[in-house]
This record gives sequence, structure tokens and C-alpha cells, in this order.
Amino acid sequence: MIPLSAYVAVSAALFITGLLGVLIRRNFIIVLMSVEIMLNAANINLIAFSHYLESMAGQMVALFIIAIAAGEAAIGLAIIIVVFRGKISTNVDEMNFLKW
Amino acid sequence: MTDLLIKLIPLFPLLAVILNGFLGKRYSHETAHRLAWGSVGLSFLSTIAVFVDILRTGKSYEVIAYQWIFGGDLTINLAYLVDPLTCIMLLVVTGVGLLIHIYSVGYMHGESGFTRFFTYMNLFMVSMLLLVMGNNYVVLFIGWEGVGLCSYLLIGYYYDKVSAAKAASKAFVVNRIGDAGFLLAIFLIFVNFKTLDYTKVFAQIGLLSPEMATAIALCLLVGAVGKSAQIPLYTWLPDAMEGPTPVSALIHAATMVTAGVYMIVRNHVIFDSSPTAMAIVGTIGGITALFAATIGLVQTDIKRVLAYSTVSQLGYMFLGCGIGAYTAAIFHLMTHAFFKALLFLTAGSVIHALSGEQDIRKMGGLSSKIPWTHRLFLIGTIAIAGIPPLAGFWSKDEILAHAFTHHHYLLYGMAALGALLTSFYMFRLMYLTFYGTSRMDHHTEEHVHESPMVMVGPLMVLGVLSILGGFLGFPPEQGWLHQFLEPVAGLGGEHAVSTGLVLTLMMVATGIALLGWALAHYFYSVNLSAPDRLAKQFKAAYTTLLNKYYIDELYDLIWVEPTKTLGRWLDWFDRFVIDGLVHAVAQLADLVAAASTWAEKYVIYGGLNAIGYGNHLAARQWRQLQSGMVHHYAAVIVAGIFLLAVIVQLIMQL
Repeated sequence: MIPLSAYVAVSAALFITGLLGVLIRRNFIIVLMSVEIMLNAANINLIAFSHYLESMAGQMVALFIIAIAAGEAAIGLAIIIVVFRGKISTNVDEMNFLKW
Repeated sequence: MTDLLIKLIPLFPLLAVILNGFLGKRYSHETAHRLAWGSVGLSFLSTIAVFVDILRTGKSYEVIAYQWIFGGDLTINLAYLVDPLTCIMLLVVTGVGLLIHIYSVGYMHGESGFTRFFTYMNLFMVSMLLLVMGNNYVVLFIGWEGVGLCSYLLIGYYYDKVSAAKAASKAFVVNRIGDAGFLLAIFLIFVNFKTLDYTKVFAQIGLLSPEMATAIALCLLVGAVGKSAQIPLYTWLPDAMEGPTPVSALIHAATMVTAGVYMIVRNHVIFDSSPTAMAIVGTIGGITALFAATIGLVQTDIKRVLAYSTVSQLGYMFLGCGIGAYTAAIFHLMTHAFFKALLFLTAGSVIHALSGEQDIRKMGGLSSKIPWTHRLFLIGTIAIAGIPPLAGFWSKDEILAHAFTHHHYLLYGMAALGALLTSFYMFRLMYLTFYGTSRMDHHTEEHVHESPMVMVGPLMVLGVLSILGGFLGFPPEQGWLHQFLEPVAGLGGEHAVSTGLVLTLMMVATGIALLGWALAHYFYSVNLSAPDRLAKQFKAAYTTLLNKYYIDELYDLIWVEPTKTLGRWLDWFDRFVIDGLVHAVAQLADLVAAASTWAEKYVIYGGLNAIGYGNHLAARQWRQLQSGMVHHYAAVIVAGIFLLAVIVQLIMQL
């Protein structure tokens, strides 16, 4: 039987990977994919604890997160397309119009 | 029914004033003049209906049109009193007014301000009707001021002419002196009687002390003297001839100037209780009648001769009032309205024919060129000169006879001499204008033309009235007019006068008039060099008369110039003393304002700006945080969570 710590370790590794991807990569699409990785890291964590604690609540939340991730991906891609039309670029560094 | 008609009489012209005054520019001159004379015509018809009613029933009407002021002792209504006296005045005002309105349609044709003219004329009619119809002194006063205003407006009708504007102001200011007296009289009457209604005042006349009666009568007289152009306030009337001729005829001959006479007759109860006031009225009348006639002898402007003759004739009416011959005064007022309106309007016709020429030295020989005007002017002249059986003879002779039979021999002498002069200067005017050789310049002579029918028509009616008007008072002292006016004016003296004396006096009067004619005929038709020779011989007298006794110059010296000097002095005082003070205060305020401006600019605004600028600088630093890049924010969030985790860890360990 695989111990809980192994699941948590994998989850943490995935989450760090995703976070670094969000912070470091410059391509908007890859940033979006990194976010998905982070969400899946959270899912692994939730399911692992759900199994460990023998509660179905964790799995329920995981299902919700999958649904939200799908919605987020759709909206994120839509935003990317709109921005790309205006800027002909998916470079995150050029997208600094969220200020004043 | 009669009540309603009485209320309607002044409303018709008022309606025309409102329509023509406010909307007159929107429709044609034809509509405007039809409205104007039509409304007067309707008033005239209403007047006739009321007159017939009063003639039949013999009662007088008091109609309250509008309750105006009430409170405490004071009740003033816009109310009308229509008795025989008012009736006669109404007939004269609306009748002669209607004829003059119709005449004006022709005379004013093509003038700019045609509608304005008729608006003012109708406003005058309204005021004059209020004046004669009012049942209390306030309504009388409103009418009194109203006719004064219209007189001012119409004298200044050609307002771009300096002399007309000056004459208008002069008329207004001189009338103001009289009005002040009249106002004082009204105050005195209210103080003494606690009412201003004629009937109530006259009913309590017995309570009045003789001194107070004299005071009231003299104050009233001041008002009458101003309005009716008697000595010493007559100077405005000759200047008033600057207005258009129909105005001179209507306002300055037939109606407005007789308001003073009407007022005295209306208030004869008050005058009767003060022999002093009566004597003064008679003396003023007698002197004015003679004085104005002497000036009329040498004037050369056709309208001015008529103006002085008006002053003189008004003097006769005052004389009549002063000796208690009220009916005779009203009789003369009526006949004078006929023949003087006729004379003025025919003079207007002459001026019209000569393209605006008014100087009789540049006329002559017009009788064949404008025959109707000539005939009608002759009728007017005979009427005013007092040759029987025309209107002027009966009324003037009645005043003269009354003066003689009541032993006012001095007044009789003045009036008789005045009558001689009147006859002389009127026939002089006649000869210089219509007979002899033409002295016109060639250009004017070519354009001489008879006036159109719309002008000659009213003249013919006035001519007929001037011929027949006198028979309303025939036989003398017992005529129809006397019986009609008896309830208001009394029958005058109850002297039994022998018929022989009356006939003798009539013959004397006729003789005087004919003598005047004969003199005029000699001087201006037979011996043409005589007038110039006489003028040279009595040069001092001639120039004095030509300059109207220098009365205008005297008034200028005594009143006008000192007033102007006072005005200049007050102007200086205003400019330097009062304005100086005001300016000093203003400068002080200016200084204070400057100081507070400085304080605001540098202290208050400085503080506020420092705060603002501080914020601004801080904001500039802070806003660097907001880079707008998502991963910066993400990094901050991560750092935050990390920091939070560390803090939580530390707290847990404690």
C-alpha cells in the first residue's frame, strides 16, 4: 500500500511545478496549462486525503474543481484569443494593461 | 340697462387702446384707425342712449364699476356719477372726440407711428371719460393725470424734434405744479369730510369753516389753473402746439383744457361758500382773457394765435365761474369745443394744404384755392368773434351779461375789451390767411389742394354745430341747457333783469365784435401799410407783445435757471461728497479683500496644496506596485501565502 506521504509528495511536486510555470514562463498558454497542473495537484491532494480519511467530501470537491477547471480553461482560452487579436502576441510580459 | 351702458362708455376706447397698443403692429393702418374711431363712436352712441334716458327720467345715476380701496374711514370705488353736467361733458368729449378721430384718419395719413397716434388718442379718451364720469375725487384725479400723460405723449408725438420734446416736458412739468395743488385739495377734503365722494362731500358742506372752504377752493383752483392754462401757469399751452393739429384740437382746445372749468363747476358748492376764492377765480379768468388776447394780436403762427385764443376763451369760462355763472361757463365750454375744434381742424387743413407751412406771413389768398376750408374757417371765426346768431355769441354774451348785471363792472370791462381783441385777431388771421395777395413761395403754391372728404366731413358737422350750438342756450338764462343743468349748477343769480338791459348788452356785444371785424378789415384789407406803421410807432409795446410779455423768459429766470443751478450744485455734491464717501468705503473694502485674497492664496491654498502634493508623491511611489503583469501579482500572492504560513507556524510554536 502506497503511504499517504507519497501522494502528498507527488501533489506538492506537481503544485511547485505548476507555480513555477505560472511565475516563470512567458507564454500565456503555458501559464494557463501550469494553472491546470496546480489545480490537478490540489485534486490529488484532496482524493488522497479523502481515501485516507474515508470521507467522500474530498472527492466531491475534486469533481467540482474539475468542472471549474474546464470552465476556467474555456474562459482563459477565450481571453487569450481576444488579447492575441489585439496584440498579435501571447507573451505575458507585454500584457501590462491591468494597471491604473 | 343704463347702468351697463354707463360702464361701457369708457371701456370701448380702453379696449381699442389694448388692441392697438399691443397688437397694432400686426395689422394694417386701416384696421387700427377703424378700431380707434369705431370705439369712440360706440362710446358716443352709449352716451346718447344714457343722455336720452336722463333727459326722459330726469334722474342721475351713480354706478359702482369696481370696489377698489376700502379699509378704515376710506372707501374708494371706481364709480361713475352721471348727472346732467356729466352728460353735457360726455356728449362734448365723445362727440367732438369722434369727429376729430375721423378727421385724424385723413390728417395723419402716411405718418410713421400712425397706430401709436391712435393708441394715445384713445387712451386720452379713456382718461377724459374717467375724469368727467368719476363720482369721487380719486377717479377724477386718475383721469386728470391720465389726460396729462396723454397730452405729454401727444405733444411729444414727433419726439425726434427737439422743440416738440421740450414742449412736452414743459407741459408735463407745469401741469405737475397744478396737480400738486389739486392733490393738496383732495387731502384737505378727506381730512375734513372723511370721504371723497362728491355727493357725500357736498351734503356736508355746511360743516366747513369759511377759512377751510377758502383753502380747499384755492388748492382746487391751483389744479384748475394748471390744467386749463390760466395765468400764471398758461405758458405750456402755446408750446403744446408742437403736437399734431388734431391733438391741438381735441386735447388743447376742446376737452382736456376745459377739465379745470368742469372741476370748478363740479365743485361749485365749495367755491360758493368762499367769496374770496370766487373773486380770485373771476379775477384770474378776466386777466387771462384780456392778457392772452393781447398776445394773440401779433403772433404769426396760425396755431399759436389759436392757442392764445384758447387761453383767452378759457379765461372767459373762469370768469363765468368766478361770478357764479356756472351754466354760462359750461355753455361757453360747449360752444368753444365746437368752434375751437373747428378752427383748429380747419387750420390743420390749411397746414395740410400748404405742405406744413404754419406762418401766416407766408399765406394769403387761399379762399379760392381751398373753398371749403375757407368757408368753415369763416364760420369758426364768426362764432368765436361773437357775432349773432352763431354759437360763440350766445355763450360769451351770457357771461358778459351776467358780469354786468351782477355789478362786476371791472371784469365786464376786461371781458368786453378782450372780446374786441378776440374779434380783431381772429379776423386778422382770416384776412392774412385767406384774402389779399398770395405770399406763398412758388413751390408751395403749386401743391395747394383741398383736403380729402374724410377731413372736410367732420369739419362740416362741426361747422353746423358752431352755427346752431348757441340755440341750446336760447333764450339767454332760460334756454334748454339752463333747465337741463339746473339740478347741478343752479340757475345762477335770481336777479330780475329787465329785457331791455339784456337786449342793450347784446347789442353792445355785437357792436364790439363788429368793431373788431371792421378794424381788422381796415388794417389788413384796406390800409395794408397801417400795421407796420403802428408797429414802428409803438415799437416797445409791439416787441413786448411779440415776445409774449417775456413771461417765458421771466419764468426761466425765476424758476428754471435757479432750479438748474440747484441741480448742478446737487450734481456736484453727489459726485464729490456722496460719491467720495462711497468710493472711500469701496477702496477700504478693496484693501480688505486684497489682504484676504493674499491669505487665501498663500496660507490656505498653500496648506491644501502641501497635503495634496504629499499624497501625489506617495501615490507615485505606490503605483509602481501595480505593474499590470499577472505573474507579478501571482508572485506577490505566493510570497504572501509563504509569509502567512511562516507566521502561522511561528504562532503555533508559541
